[in-house]
Amino acid sequence: MRERFGENGLILFLAPLIILFLLFLTIPVASLFLRITPAAFIESLGNPVVLDALLLSLGTATLSTCIVILMGTPLSYLNARTTYPGKEVVDTLTDLPIVMPPAVAGIALLMAFGRRGVIGEYLDMFGLQIAFTTLAVILAQVFVASPFYIRQARASFEAVDRTFEDAARTLGAGRLRVFFRVTVPIAWSGLVSGAILTFARALGEFGATIMFAGNYQGRTQTMPLAIYTTMQGDLNDAISLAIILVIISFGVILLVKYITRRPI
Amino acid sequence: MKRIALSTCILSVLMIAALVIAGCTDSGLVGETRPTTLTVFCAASLTGAFTDIAQAYEDKNPDVKIDLVFDGTQALRTQIEQGASPDIFVSANPKHMDALKAAGFMENQTVFYFLENGMAVIIPAENTAGITRLSDLAKPGVKLVIGTKDVPFGSYTRQVLDKMAADPRYGQEYKDAVMANVISEETAVSSVVPKLMLGEADAAFVYKSDVQPGDRDKVSQIEIPEEYNVVARYPLGILAESDQVDTSADFIKFVTGPEGNAIMVKYGFDPIEQTQ
Repeated sequence: MRERFGENGLILFLAPLIILFLLFLTIPVASLFLRITPAAFIESLGNPVVLDALLLSLGTATLSTCIVILMGTPLSYLNARTTYPGKEVVDTLTDLPIVMPPAVAGIALLMAFGRRGVIGEYLDMFGLQIAFTTLAVILAQVFVASPFYIRQARASFEAVDRTFEDAARTLGAGRLRVFFRVTVPIAWSGLVSGAILTFARALGEFGATIMFAGNYQGRTQTMPLAIYTTMQGDLNDAISLAIILVIISFGVILLVKYITRRPI
Repeated sequence: MKRIALSTCILSVLMIAALVIAGCTDSGLVGETRPTTLTVFCAASLTGAFTDIAQAYEDKNPDVKIDLVFDGTQALRTQIEQGASPDIFVSANPKHMDALKAAGFMENQTVFYFLENGMAVIIPAENTAGITRLSDLAKPGVKLVIGTKDVPFGSYTRQVLDKMAADPRYGQEYKDAVMANVISEETAVSSVVPKLMLGEADAAFVYKSDVQPGDRDKVSQIEIPEEYNVVARYPLGILAESDQVDTSADFIKFVTGPEGNAIMVKYGFDPIEQTQ
């Protein structure tokens, strides 16, 4: 009974902090919705800038997330299960984009894949140009958003109880089969939440994209770039785009949380 | 151990509080000797010129500090409308200044035009795309950077192209071909020149003042003839909420005086002769 009271007392003590913090997060988002009339919002939806940006953002962020999962899963598995010389260096390298200001990532990508870039120079000889194309948008997103999946995936693989895998192996399952039928299902919710974070980060990517991919409607102008651009003209369009971005982000994350909330 | 941490925490809070209070009383007591800070919101195209002008003014007036904020004119206007309160606003476009005047943000009688600028095409020194004339901009494969239609230098670019399209020597096909070569629409001139210097773009429409004196060896200019060019006029003025009207007026006098004008000419602007 005393124990119970102590817990309640603690909650009562912390409640103002929690409420204050939730308000701090909610009020700016809610203010977006209060700044615009429904009629103006619907009118903005008819603006081709808005639809182009929406489609481009969803397409590129989805592709980027798929690429990160495809390329990042083997690396996180390797880092979770084995030790090799230089592992810490590799680990730090994959974390680097998190601390890099996106503008720096954008310059770095230009230096690598730009027309005069270290690699871009050779691609240019074959008539292949990456900077200022939709591909550049995807590369920027992969570069900036990959650490979120890789970190989470590594932690999830590390947390998988090896005895399940060993049991499957002794029952005659091959390594690949064990990975897909035992390891991945156990690590599933961690992998999914890593992928959501990557998707959300890719959706919000701005600095590296505007630097490396430029700003062109329908080709490289994703939603954050469109918001920035329309802010120069019609603030209503910018707010509408911001509202759509918030709704999509919130919806996607919530949806995936419900889908993956199966008991393990 | 925990107690030590707590006391350190309290101590540092007290020290910060003490500093804050000291700061407040300081400004109240010895306001005359404390340097005044003038905040100037300035169109991004004036970055080089106004940095130099502010430096020259500070050298002459050690008790005044000029805080310059450079951004696209529209972004600055939005900031002012949303509560930012600079002392002076320098706009690259009459539209945004007029909007602020109409909404009561400006001290209207202090607003006047002080500067003219025009458009030019800039190309990197290496000029790999082989652009020597305006007509070359329509060649397929040229990578062109312009401003979005909502920022002043972007709307002037479209006006120039419209004037050229109306001339049978260029025609509508010229404008269409040039617009098809656009790889990026930027929101501020300050992000255009770097793209050119990195070799990522072949040409750009910018203000003729946008090539900074230090970059003249890396970037060259193609003039746009007067018949197609547009004249961009820059207004400036003091904000209604400014409580440093005298200092602001003095700074503006310096900007439009001989020294300020000399610096602006150096950067490729055409100062407007003031009659008063």
